[in-house]
Amino acid sequence: MSLSRRIIPCLDVDCGRVVKGVRFVDIRDAGDPIEVARQYGEAGADELVFLDITASSDDRETILHVVEGVAEQVFIPFTVGGGIRAVADIRRMLNAGADKVGINTAAVSNPELVAEAAAHFGSQCIVVAIDAKQVAPSRWEIFTHGGRRATGLDAVAWAQRMAELGAGEILLTSMDRDGTKAGFDLGLTRAVSDSVGIPVIASGGVGTLEHLVDGVVEGHADAVLAASIFHFGEYTIGQAKTKMATAGIPMRLDYD
Amino acid sequence: MTPIVVIDYGMGNLRSVAKALEAVSDDRPVRVSADPGLIAAAGHVVFPGQGAMGSCMRRLRELDLVEVIATAAATKPFLGVCLGLQALFEQSAEDGGCEGLGLLPGEVTRLPGGAEPDGRPLKIPHMGWNRVRQAKPHPLWAGVPEESWFYFVHSYRIEPGVSTDQAATTDYGGRFVSAVARGNLFAVQFHPEKSHHAGLRLLHNFVHWDGCP
Repeated sequence: MSLSRRIIPCLDVDCGRVVKGVRFVDIRDAGDPIEVARQYGEAGADELVFLDITASSDDRETILHVVEGVAEQVFIPFTVGGGIRAVADIRRMLNAGADKVGINTAAVSNPELVAEAAAHFGSQCIVVAIDAKQVAPSRWEIFTHGGRRATGLDAVAWAQRMAELGAGEILLTSMDRDGTKAGFDLGLTRAVSDSVGIPVIASGGVGTLEHLVDGVVEGHADAVLAASIFHFGEYTIGQAKTKMATAGIPMRLDYD
Repeated sequence: MTPIVVIDYGMGNLRSVAKALEAVSDDRPVRVSADPGLIAAAGHVVFPGQGAMGSCMRRLRELDLVEVIATAAATKPFLGVCLGLQALFEQSAEDGGCEGLGLLPGEVTRLPGGAEPDGRPLKIPHMGWNRVRQAKPHPLWAGVPEESWFYFVHSYRIEPGVSTDQAATTDYGGRFVSAVARGNLFAVQFHPEKSHHAGLRLLHNFVHWDGCP
């Protein structure tokens, strides 16, 4: 069994620019998503996630140009999320060159969208993003609208339902840990990953390389997502991979 | 210069396949098309695809591409990718069972699953980077190190009827055939267009390959 676990840097994009930029290696334009994506590809990232946080609908088209540019120059898989509400939105992203599309709030308000999207485009390109908060011991609930709106939905049951409807992968973010650098919510990650037959990407809380190892070993995640530790040059993708490989996790190390 | 044609039958996004081919073929034109005339005139043909086998075969019949693909695979360098590999075989268990193009003997079955070292069940689809073990020498492997990592995403696998067709194997809940080669035909389960340097090298080798006279 040599399927590698994946390291996935996540880039927030606002009006076609990487939010706050990145500060690693000698990058010409730290705010250019295409340049940043290319650098991450060369650094050994296994996949990329772009989260479009553009607020104004007038500027929504800009993400399509970003997606087109990345698809022309970066030859690793990438997912685009943010603002996906209908099959037509998914089609536009895929036609622009995205490999996968992340559906978050829209999956909660209209679960059938996941089934419809999987039937149209195949499960392999449908990633359901779940934002969860702990509400009791071993119980997590789904929140939408950037964590502001409670839904009362149980995260584990919801993940199972999404898998049944045809999701190809779950991107699981702990709202409690996001931005804390305290590590993944391993209980949440493990509960969800062990309850579905599709891959789970752990997200939210990475502050050290040990956290990445824990996400896979303790949390049973199939992939780990992180942002700031890579963007600000605290650690390189190579260091993260070496650390994980040393812990016995299969990693794609020889990518030159 | 004869174009490289990517067969477009409405199954999956072909933009990244075309862009990756453009990146390795100098100024040679790359066309994404369902036009049988253009496919017949192509120098190299790429047959990609994602999704279900049943819909794939339906679309190929609707677009009158079955014969064109058979001829292309026999007469010029031809690269199948993912569903474009599986569709070359005789039968698939997908969609309750359906016929493929039958250009290669063998069938397509669901990945058997299996267990992680700690006993947890393996996830299906097989999604991510895995090692490709070359089963026989081939011009398309030139400069691709043995056991290179390629990107996979699939739930079904091929079971070729003729072992000499095997060009590579990969392990996931047991060993499966991840590439086949016969004459002008080369086909892979993984996505070279998403497999960074190793994938681009394979595509480079393909577009510079004259095939078997």
